[in-house]
Amino acid sequence: MNFTSLLQDKRLTILLAGEIDHHSAKEIMKAITAKIDIYMPLCCVLDFGKVTFMDSSGIAVVIHTLRAMKELEGQLLLENIPDQPMRVLQAAGIGRLIALQERSAV
Amino acid sequence: MNKENEVVLKFPSRSQNEGFARAVTAAFAARLDPTLEELGDVKTAVSEAVTNCIVHAYPDTIGLITLRLRALEGGILEITVKDSGRGIDDVDRARQPMFTTGGADRSGMGITIMESFMNTLSIRSAPGRGTTVKMRKKVLSRKGG
Repeated sequence: MNFTSLLQDKRLTILLAGEIDHHSAKEIMKAITAKIDIYMPLCCVLDFGKVTFMDSSGIAVVIHTLRAMKELEGQLLLENIPDQPMRVLQAAGIGRLIALQERSAV
Repeated sequence: MNKENEVVLKFPSRSQNEGFARAVTAAFAARLDPTLEELGDVKTAVSEAVTNCIVHAYPDTIGLITLRLRALEGGILEITVKDSGRGIDDVDRARQPMFTTGGADRSGMGITIMESFMNTLSIRSAPGRGTTVKMRKKVLSRKGG
């Protein structure tokens, strides 16, 4: 799985896309870990703008990424979150760990 | 018009069928005229239930999953997901948030999310004989009836 990513001033933005479920989650985690290992960012932004569906497998992706960034003593931000993934993140209480930024109105 | 309807689908516990189960559920639920939020909720709940069958009921084998969708009087959608797999030793423990036997790839939030997105959730399970998850959601029609 390959996602577009942008690196600027040690800030790595990964543009997630499509459906995040058990079927896709392992590959997504692998892709995110590979990018973090290469770029060693101080801040990692997961951009959910193009995510069309997410279940609790996405929570595991977020926690996995959070752990990877903690190892680097860096920060994780979740941005551009559409309504459905936002409801899943909120139901799981992820907002208590990381600030959740919803998708801005188009 | 009598809206009562029922669909039963059987499929093997392969992860690519998670998306298929969601799509069938969404197509079935669409006839109840749900909001986008309600549609997202039932898709999420069915995804969690089917994933649990794949990850927990049949960890080392491919088994059969039965998805039963019923539209009941009063705009109620009933979703039943049944497997004949390993079963759950302690259902109360499995319902605890963050509890998982699925390893680092799983969040342990699947049942919590099903509970918060559906109106009712019941789990019947016997070790070695499988699990049946039944959940209901009242769909508030966008047309108001």
